[in-house]
Amino acid sequence: MENILLPMIVAAFVAASASLLGSFAILKRMALVGDALSHVALPGMALALLFQFNPFIGAIAFLFVTVVGIWIIEYRSSLSLDTIVGVFFTASLAAGALVMPEHDLIEALFGNITDLTVAESVFSITLSVLLIVLILSIYKKLTLNMVSEEMAQSIGIRNKRLEFIYLLAFALAVALGIRFVGALLMGSLVIIPAASAKNIARSLRSFMTGSVVFGVAAASIGIYISRLYAMTPGPIFIMISSGIFITTLIIRQLRKPLSGRAS
Amino acid sequence: MKVLTVKNLNIEFGGAKVIEDLSFDVEKGEVLAVIGPIGAGKTVLIKSLIGLIPHRGEIAWSPGIKTGYVPQRMDIETDVPLTVREFFRLRGAEATDKKIAETLAFVQLDHEILRKGFGEISVGQRQRVLVAWAVLGSPDVLIFDEPTADIDIAGQESIYKMLYHLQKNIGLTVILVSHDLNVVYRHAQTVLCLNRKNLCFGAPKEVLSSEQLLALYGGEGAFFDHRHET
Repeated sequence: MENILLPMIVAAFVAASASLLGSFAILKRMALVGDALSHVALPGMALALLFQFNPFIGAIAFLFVTVVGIWIIEYRSSLSLDTIVGVFFTASLAAGALVMPEHDLIEALFGNITDLTVAESVFSITLSVLLIVLILSIYKKLTLNMVSEEMAQSIGIRNKRLEFIYLLAFALAVALGIRFVGALLMGSLVIIPAASAKNIARSLRSFMTGSVVFGVAAASIGIYISRLYAMTPGPIFIMISSGIFITTLIIRQLRKPLSGRAS
Repeated sequence: MKVLTVKNLNIEFGGAKVIEDLSFDVEKGEVLAVIGPIGAGKTVLIKSLIGLIPHRGEIAWSPGIKTGYVPQRMDIETDVPLTVREFFRLRGAEATDKKIAETLAFVQLDHEILRKGFGEISVGQRQRVLVAWAVLGSPDVLIFDEPTADIDIAGQESIYKMLYHLQKNIGLTVILVSHDLNVVYRHAQTVLCLNRKNLCFGAPKEVLSSEQLLALYGGEGAFFDHRHET
């Protein structure tokens, strides 16, 4: 059981930043984009492994190009983002899977945070903290942008720039999280804690807090259990998160008739 | 004093002209009502005024003019995790408790509403919250896109009373889209009849002849014939 504390802390921080970002993806109803972004990281990582540089750099590079692409598609063309996401991004998952050596593929798809070096851990924690600070400094603008772009514009918020910053932050969170849960499950790291929080939260504050608490709890417990039974932590995290989601869903259903939610 | 000058405004969506060669101006402190049938380009005009829609031609606000905007509708999930108080706070530092309380009194909403979910209040209540939200920024011009059918008559009447009150007491200029000619006659100093083009512009009693209304709302095919020219 030695050395379990560091991966637990790293996972907690990575999950905190991912689920905080996820709460805005849920508000914007763009859960699919998060999922797709994580797939794009795969060919980047594959190339990095082939040419022997840091997979994180490869993932970031591909994610950055994709984010710019998504942003341009959203503003400059009339193509449906969903369609592009559905076709192009699954294709990049396939491409990544073809190029990547088999052993690395399993790790890239399902993640493994437990073999991080101390330097990598410190880097991950620092970047997570920066992401959290960034999101907390723009969350009001982000929320307004997601509730009504028009009202945001009317008080001088530059929507396009804001959305670009958000997408970049999202890409960074994905690159961080891939080490933990892998490319295949990354979407869930971002979405499930936020979706669970939305089931029971009525205010923005409780929504964001709940999302982070659920993410951090599932991440730390996930690492612990995975070490206990010598299993891959990513899938365990997702199972715990899904358990939390179902619980909150039941709570929501039980509450419904009591609160008399109209319309 | 003019607060807004619009000159030769043209807006197209995919080759279809939505606004064509529109020119008008707005004086400080007046209520300008924009009227016209559904699909006449009223909401498009409003959105272009606050810079949301690309256009050709000139939309010139006087220097330093601050606008407040009340959208026609918002697609909000009933369970959106956002309280009314938090919605006000999204404005940033200017939304202090004191200011929020003041503007709530303006729109005649109970303080209790702050604790409710933004998605669970009624459409009429949300409309007032939106007006309060816009007024909270102390705008010089309030741009109000009237919702078509969601709000009951009594609710609408009091919103106009409230806007009228604001205009009188704090010299607010109001640009509103309206579907109700009674409102236009009673509260507007100027009316702009819009059906892609500027069909009339002036004081309601002078320009709103029955022939004009017939032309505007498509009686005798006046409006449909025009459409075929493009």
